[in-house]
Amino acid sequence: MRRAALAIEALAIGLLFWSFFSDARYALAGAALAALGAAAALGAFGQRRELPHFWLWFASILVYAFLYLPLAIVVIFSFNDSKLAAEWVGFTTSWYAKLLADVDMLAAARNSVLIALTASAVATVLGTMAGIAMHRYKPRLLPFMVLTPVAMPEILLGVSLLIFFLNTARPALALFGIEFDLGVLTVIIAHITFCIGFVAIIVRARLAGMDESIFEAARDLGATPWETFRRVTLPLIMPGVIAGALMAFTLSIDDFVITFFTSGVGTKTLPLEIYTMIKVAVTPEVNAVSTLLMLLTLGMIVVAGRVAPDVLRGK
Amino acid sequence: MTAILEIRNVTRRFGDFAAVNDVSLSVASGEFFTLLGPSGCGKTTLLRMIAGFDDPDAGEILLGGKDLTGTAPERRPIHTVFQSYALFPHMTVAQNVAFPLKMAKRPAEEIDRRVREALELVHLAEKRTSFPHELSGGQKQRVALARGLINRPRLLLLDEPLGALDAKLREEMQIELIAMQRELGITFVFVTHSQPEALALSHRIAVMNAGRIEQMDEPSKIYGFPRNRFVADFIGHCNMLEARVADATPQGLRLEVPGLGAVAAPPADGARAGASGVLAIRPEQVRIAAPDAALDLQNRFGGKVRDFLYVGDVTTYVVDLESGARVEALLANSAPGRAKFFEVGDAVQVAWRHDAGAFLHG
Ligand SMILES: Nc1ncnc2c1ncn2[C@@H]1O[C@H](COP(=O)(O)OP(=O)(O)O)[C@@H](O)[C@H]1O
Ligand SMILES: [Mg+2]
Repeated sequence: MRRAALAIEALAIGLLFWSFFSDARYALAGAALAALGAAAALGAFGQRRELPHFWLWFASILVYAFLYLPLAIVVIFSFNDSKLAAEWVGFTTSWYAKLLADVDMLAAARNSVLIALTASAVATVLGTMAGIAMHRYKPRLLPFMVLTPVAMPEILLGVSLLIFFLNTARPALALFGIEFDLGVLTVIIAHITFCIGFVAIIVRARLAGMDESIFEAARDLGATPWETFRRVTLPLIMPGVIAGALMAFTLSIDDFVITFFTSGVGTKTLPLEIYTMIKVAVTPEVNAVSTLLMLLTLGMIVVAGRVAPDVLRGK
Repeated sequence: MTAILEIRNVTRRFGDFAAVNDVSLSVASGEFFTLLGPSGCGKTTLLRMIAGFDDPDAGEILLGGKDLTGTAPERRPIHTVFQSYALFPHMTVAQNVAFPLKMAKRPAEEIDRRVREALELVHLAEKRTSFPHELSGGQKQRVALARGLINRPRLLLLDEPLGALDAKLREEMQIELIAMQRELGITFVFVTHSQPEALALSHRIAVMNAGRIEQMDEPSKIYGFPRNRFVADFIGHCNMLEARVADATPQGLRLEVPGLGAVAAPPADGARAGASGVLAIRPEQVRIAAPDAALDLQNRFGGKVRDFLYVGDVTTYVVDLESGARVEALLANSAPGRAKFFEVGDAVQVAWRHDAGAFLHG
């Protein structure tokens, strides 16, 4: 009975899903919710012996459904041959073609990738150094300095960075005859600021469980500090470094608030561009961009799994 | 015998606490030297200063006559075998063992050959491509040993290397360690808190306590002539009887032991009439016999068996003497299938030679 209940649950979710594409969406959604209730009731009366962890299964299916179904809907509608994201009309790839011809969107994408690559690369190097330093020397102040941007509300960080760039950095650099405006560079600096902390936390966590004598053994057996870092420390923390880099890249590429404050007028990133588009209407073009972004993220996770299997296995 | 390692008045403090306190010692080339002492007595701290991970607050450490102060660990021809093994988890057995040669920038074909030889020496040739987590404790130990020895250090430091192994394996490794040390002629400084291990392995032992060296000598001297109460108690098992010197001559001491009366003991440095201390005597030096047996020994006392401990080859009897003192005596189980010669409550006599035991001040 409990297995049947799970099957009904899955069916109900499928029905809910289908209601998005149908004219009779309220009727279908109502039926889906009723079926979900029936599944829960059926499970409650089922035999414990049949499936010991029924509620765990029940909840897991729901959680996964609500995590991934919206994504699936975005992907499906990006291929919908209709200007309105209301119901399914037919298959097309024209939105992707349109996207690739959209000059603004391409510029935004280029900016986003440039910013994310640069910011995550720099943040990974600095964050790794900070993580190692925090682990090895147990400094008092460094953790606060590195971790504050992680915990601080983004809007605060965005505003303070904006004020810093305009009221402090600009006049200060002007003294040396250096002029600069808000743009890609300021966004990169802002992103580095909040990404360092994430990398540092992950790298430090990776080091925390390690036998310290390994690093001493390397020195003892003839490795200089640099050789010890390159041949022992770095390979051992690599999964943490890669996980940190991925995290930094992801945080950077989808950041909205901080980017909004620090990008100035002319510079757009993908999230800003999508936001501009969506203010008019949720077009299939937005779905297409989102699908591409998803693909990029998925690709990164796969690559990470290849380079450092530990990251995915959570060791 | 030339000294390869010399430690002169080395002190290391952590705050007010001296973990190593004015230690001086010298280790001869080719020697198997052991630092023996209870946990926390400063053995690791001393070893870390020799290896270069820590610096003395006072005193100096010399290797081959040259002061090591300021020399980085990687520039000291000294390698360490850590208690936790400290194998590199991301490298195979062969890569681990090759590491010191690689750091020394040896040519690849030489590294290959020497790694093969080293792994054969420790019987791990077939494990060369395994990773540390795939090895048993004993195998990890062998890899650590091969890695420490492969680049022929002038000194190999071993910090309780056998501590994590079970008893049987430990004994096997002890035998291999001795053979390897003799064969390679590399000087070992071995750290342990296990006194049987120290006695079995070493040419010389330094007994440490609370940051100081209590006694430094060959194993049989340390065991046979402990210099103070700590050493007597720590090395092996010892009966301790409170005693006062009644008379001291160059031939021997006459001690006054409360309850027992006069006891003869061998001469002791600086023991004068009136000095008080303890008479330390090992259970195997104490004879135990039936009350009517004729024992031609000067120190002879009557008592009752209180308890006994059978461990196979020998049985230890705990005897309450008539005076109230308690003495342990050891008897070899020479008759097969017999666990004891005396029952609890049996009247017995215990006796020991006039030159057995040692009077210790304090
Ligand atoms: N880095 C340190 N800071 C403070 N105290 C220490 C430090 N290292 C060792 N000690 C102390 O020094 C004493 C000797 O330690 P150690 O040399 O490790 O002893 P052993 O190796 O003989 O067990 C211990 O009481 C220990 O707590
Ligand atoms: Mg120790």
